[in-house]
Amino acid sequence: MHKKRPASFYCLASLFGLFVLFLYGPISAIVILSFQGPNGGLTFPMNGFSIHWFFALFGEQLVGDFETSFLRSLQLGLVVMALTVVISLVTGLAFRKKFFGSNLLFYTTVASLIVPSILVSLGIGLIFNIMGWEVSWTTSGLGAHLTWTLPFGFLIMIAVFNRFDKSYEEAARDLGASNWQTIRHVVLPIIGPSLIGVALFGFTLSYDEFARTLMTSGVKNTLPLEIFGMTTNVTTPTLYALGTLTTFFSLLMILTAMGVLFYLRRRQESHGSDAGKGV
Amino acid sequence: MNRQSPLSTLLQISPISLILGFFLVLPIGTILIVSFWDYNDFSFFPDFVWTNYSDALGSNVTYKTYLNTFWYAGLTWLCTFLVGFTVAYFLAFHIHTTRWQIVLFLICTIPFWTSNIIRMISWIPFLGRNGVFNTMLQSIGLIDEPLEFLLFSDFSIVLAFVHLYALFMVVPIFNSMMRIDRSLIEAAIDGGANGWQMLTNVVIPLCKPGIAIGSIFVVTLVMGDYITVRLMGGGQRASVGVMMWNEISLLLYPAAAAHAVVLLAVVLIMVSLMMRVVDLKKEL
Repeated sequence: MHKKRPASFYCLASLFGLFVLFLYGPISAIVILSFQGPNGGLTFPMNGFSIHWFFALFGEQLVGDFETSFLRSLQLGLVVMALTVVISLVTGLAFRKKFFGSNLLFYTTVASLIVPSILVSLGIGLIFNIMGWEVSWTTSGLGAHLTWTLPFGFLIMIAVFNRFDKSYEEAARDLGASNWQTIRHVVLPIIGPSLIGVALFGFTLSYDEFARTLMTSGVKNTLPLEIFGMTTNVTTPTLYALGTLTTFFSLLMILTAMGVLFYLRRRQESHGSDAGKGV
Repeated sequence: MNRQSPLSTLLQISPISLILGFFLVLPIGTILIVSFWDYNDFSFFPDFVWTNYSDALGSNVTYKTYLNTFWYAGLTWLCTFLVGFTVAYFLAFHIHTTRWQIVLFLICTIPFWTSNIIRMISWIPFLGRNGVFNTMLQSIGLIDEPLEFLLFSDFSIVLAFVHLYALFMVVPIFNSMMRIDRSLIEAAIDGGANGWQMLTNVVIPLCKPGIAIGSIFVVTLVMGDYITVRLMGGGQRASVGVMMWNEISLLLYPAAAAHAVVLLAVVLIMVSLMMRVVDLKKEL
């Protein structure tokens, strides 16, 4: 059954198209310009076509320490991701019932999202300074990232458990499952896809985090700090080459997450209901 | 019927409590304390002085900087609201299959998961003196000289903010819209409302919580921003974040801390005003 679309549909659809162009246009320009010829500059027109600037990233040149800062951000992102998933999950489990201080913890977590990042950065920097500890991306940097990723993971888990049908758990318990068995075989499979979402948030938010890392990563830069440093002293398309590479890496992570989601859903559909099959 | 013991609840909430306690609550407490400390050219040390606050609040520069930051926040809010509402409305009311809603929603979301700094840099080839816009406008004869205000200006700053944060408006407003009972809209139309009346009397009032949540995100992100103003303003524009960062890089920590406390107070007041429209727990 097809209804005729109203005129407003086409008007809004073209506005939506403009919005998508607005979102993707600039980054596409960066990708194209990163393939500038060796004599090309930071703007159009293209002066030839080459992968010169990508090689420049890896050579021994004055373009900063791209490789090690990438590895740092990758490791930090993976650790933050794992911690965000586990901690958000257990906190979400606890929040399924009221407990003393639950409101305080809820609003503190929300506050972590709202407090300007520069305050988190400054505050952690001050503590380490006063205590005479050395700030480092593995300690203060990790903590600063968690203040940014945990609220996202936490709020997603709260939303997930608000929609969670508790009768599945009750059924499992009625059949004699222990607490752990209920979580392992009933709760986790159902909320699995949301955990992939939390993992994606955890990794990408950490991998791209700048403001909270600024005063907390110490002398060793993460990738976003390195890129920011490059913006002030690199005037060649190397900058765009780096932008292209890290954006493709982010896209790869997003596609991986979506692939896993798709796989989980397919598996759930094929294994879905074995009710009445005597399994 | 919950068999969970208080002990296991305590175990479950302790990781997040410890992390936020040490890396959020304690740092803010430290900022509050250090804002009363004194400093000289070499170091800062415990004391109890009000000079950091009197310096911060007694200076015209502070007020000008705040005005400027409010200006960015207001403009960004208005633009992200208009864009976010339109996009959310299109997705919620004009796309009728869930599959397409998910696809289009993801298309809007993907850039959010990529680097903010790269997304800012990506405007440079468009806005510069020899950028795409100037070349285009000149070639169609609309202007003779390249427009200078496009890059490193208030314009480029707000443009970048809208580009970065529009999604924070789209998602909560879309969420609110999807909860609107469609029969209310039919009822409004059956009752003789035209499209505009339906929008202003039914959709917008029911979207208020979503609008409030989106506004909280956008306003707090802009108020505390340092990097966008620094990068897109070419180092020539002021905001509260930039002002604080300048003090931090000069190691004037107590002065920066006093500014931080003032900023936190301002942001909290703005947030609490916006929170009046919304019960956060019901929105999840």
